[in-house]
Amino acid sequence: MGVDHIKSMTREDFKDNEYIDSLVEELNATGANVMVGKFDDLINWGISNSLWPLCFGTSCCAIEFMSLGAARYDMARFGFEVARNSPRQADYVMVQGTIVHRMAPVMRRLYEQLAEPKYVIACGGCAVSGGPFKNSYCVVPGVEEIIPVDVFIPGCPPRPEAMFYGLMQLQRKIKVQKFFGGVNRKEKIDQFFAEHPEEKGQIS
Amino acid sequence: MSDIKERIKNIYPAAEFEEGEDLLVIVAEADWHHVAERLKNEKGLEFDVLTALVGMDWKESLGVIYYLTSTSRGWDMISVKVIAAGDRDNAYIHSVSDLWKVANFQEREVYDLLGIKFVGHPDMRRFFLRNDWVGHPLRKDYDADPKLNPIRLEDEVNEDDTRSFEIDSNGQLKEVPGKVFAAEDYVVNIGPQHPSTHGVMRFRASIDGEEVKKVDVVSGYIHRGIEKLSEGLGYPQILHFTDRMDYMSAHQNRHCLCMCIEKALGLEIPRRAEVIRVMMDELMRISSHLLSFGCTAMDLGATTAFFYGFRERELVLDIFEKTCGARMSMNYNVIGGVIADLHPDFVKDVKHLIEIMPDRLKEYHKVFSGNIIAMNRLKGVGMLSREDAVNYDITGPSGRGSNWSCDCRKVRPYSIYSELDFEEVLLDGCDSYSRYMVRMKEIEQSCRILAQLVDNIPEGDIRAQVPKIVKLPVGRWYQQVEASRGTFGVYIESTGEKTPYRVHFQSPCFNLVGVMDLCCTGNMIADLITIGAALDFVIPDIDR
Repeated sequence: MGVDHIKSMTREDFKDNEYIDSLVEELNATGANVMVGKFDDLINWGISNSLWPLCFGTSCCAIEFMSLGAARYDMARFGFEVARNSPRQADYVMVQGTIVHRMAPVMRRLYEQLAEPKYVIACGGCAVSGGPFKNSYCVVPGVEEIIPVDVFIPGCPPRPEAMFYGLMQLQRKIKVQKFFGGVNRKEKIDQFFAEHPEEKGQIS
Repeated sequence: MSDIKERIKNIYPAAEFEEGEDLLVIVAEADWHHVAERLKNEKGLEFDVLTALVGMDWKESLGVIYYLTSTSRGWDMISVKVIAAGDRDNAYIHSVSDLWKVANFQEREVYDLLGIKFVGHPDMRRFFLRNDWVGHPLRKDYDADPKLNPIRLEDEVNEDDTRSFEIDSNGQLKEVPGKVFAAEDYVVNIGPQHPSTHGVMRFRASIDGEEVKKVDVVSGYIHRGIEKLSEGLGYPQILHFTDRMDYMSAHQNRHCLCMCIEKALGLEIPRRAEVIRVMMDELMRISSHLLSFGCTAMDLGATTAFFYGFRERELVLDIFEKTCGARMSMNYNVIGGVIADLHPDFVKDVKHLIEIMPDRLKEYHKVFSGNIIAMNRLKGVGMLSREDAVNYDITGPSGRGSNWSCDCRKVRPYSIYSELDFEEVLLDGCDSYSRYMVRMKEIEQSCRILAQLVDNIPEGDIRAQVPKIVKLPVGRWYQQVEASRGTFGVYIESTGEKTPYRVHFQSPCFNLVGVMDLCCTGNMIADLITIGAALDFVIPDIDR
């Protein structure tokens, strides 16, 4: 005896391939290979839902990030909960707090130690622009002076909800990226480092 | 207090005095070490605590202002002014780090930021800034040209060489090279990027097997130059920096700075504002100790306790959010009072908090305090005797865990604390466990203070009338409060302008990190983390 239906799907729906056709059309229009495009989607779906942060809190924002990990805000709901202490195991670094001159080379090295694909979130006023300490003699005015940033979250410190919004923006960004084809992220990153060389004593 | 002048004249006839908020004694550099020794040991004076050490640049000369406290004389405080000898490039003062150990890091800070060399200090390295930094930022003639100090991206070379200075027979300053670690030492690096150091602190520990032989503290990974920034801003503009130093004592720190400015202006604060401030301070203390509980537990692998601590902390944050408009960095105290009136739910929320806290504390003790792992890892670990606590000026719960009665709310009451009924928690275990337990018991005491005030918040203004442009008269002021981690001090020197001439923040955590070497030596390397957790320092408070 044949099965009448699978869960809530009616028999007719199985013959309806419209959505697949439209997807193929869309991908062809953007020049993507269907196979590679599908792999991209699968990988991006995986990455975006299991983003592991590197614990990198220098000041106040780090405490709010801890609130994110605790029960009320519970970032485990979105796959962010596995905070790693080693950059080798993390997907992205969320820079929480002021970066000062002494920290700058450490920050750059931590970024380089992250495995590809890697992302950066500048969280809070200090990481975005230097914040209230912008005019200080030893504060880096925004972490983008030293590493490429994907998402900025303003606030001093940002509320946990704002942090979630920023993290989800990163998820969205990852979902539309092209892992295989298209303009590779790597090129953009290489371009950033060409503009920000690690010369002795001077960055342009 | 009146006999102090006499007694100082006895030990140092050449002393000059300057009246001010505190008695200021001017001591010549050549006599300073000798006088300091007498001040510390002379019967009847016994200034056993070096409360603050403020490096100064008076343009024509460099120098240091020392704040000394005598616990045996009822916490009398005097200040001593010493003008550095030598020219500007080679300014020097004799070190007092052999008398008061707390001066060790503080003198290094002054050397770093003002370029005063301390003769006889064993380890004259920079403290906050990179080894290759050009200039001393707190000097008034500091060249802030970014070309001199660009953002350097090459790694800093670990400085194993150190130096000390001495005066040779010709009266000339002589540099004596030294080593931080011996060539055969096995040195392990911890930090700056590791959550268990509670921020971006870096330790270099030399170990023998698993035993720690020496800990070298490398600080400055979040040195933001707040003191220099403050010199260019008006008084109301510098308030917000205090919220971002020890962000877990935001209310207390800001309270301190506001009090210091109000003291200088001679402002009378409305009673309602005083009560609100104290209640906020105590709520902040509860939130800080809950975080400390959670982090101590998490450092030992007890993640559940962390969730418990944060559950109650969120209640406190809700109270802050309703009234102040922010969960952290509340920016609530202002000169003359507080910025906004209480939220209608405030009384209800605070009552709810103090009602549930006793039960929740029992739960914490059940989950963590009595746990065998916690006991083994905390009891008898990181010993700090009372004498050392005094000598290193370890205040707050860490000092009280060594049975040193140092609660600023009791020994030097400010605001309305003298009217309140609460106990100073003292434990004599001198170990990490005592420090941890003091915190837990202080939560009870904070609840007790809140319970006394919650039904007695007087009606009235929340802010005194403050001039639009705040100008302090000429002078210097020092104010202390009991922050969550110890005694927090603010020093302001004014020349009558809209901006301060010099602001110094004497943070409790700066002293706490100073005992890491003492507490860790002889313990296992794994205990370094728990000792740090029990001391509970906040790194931006150290680095400022």
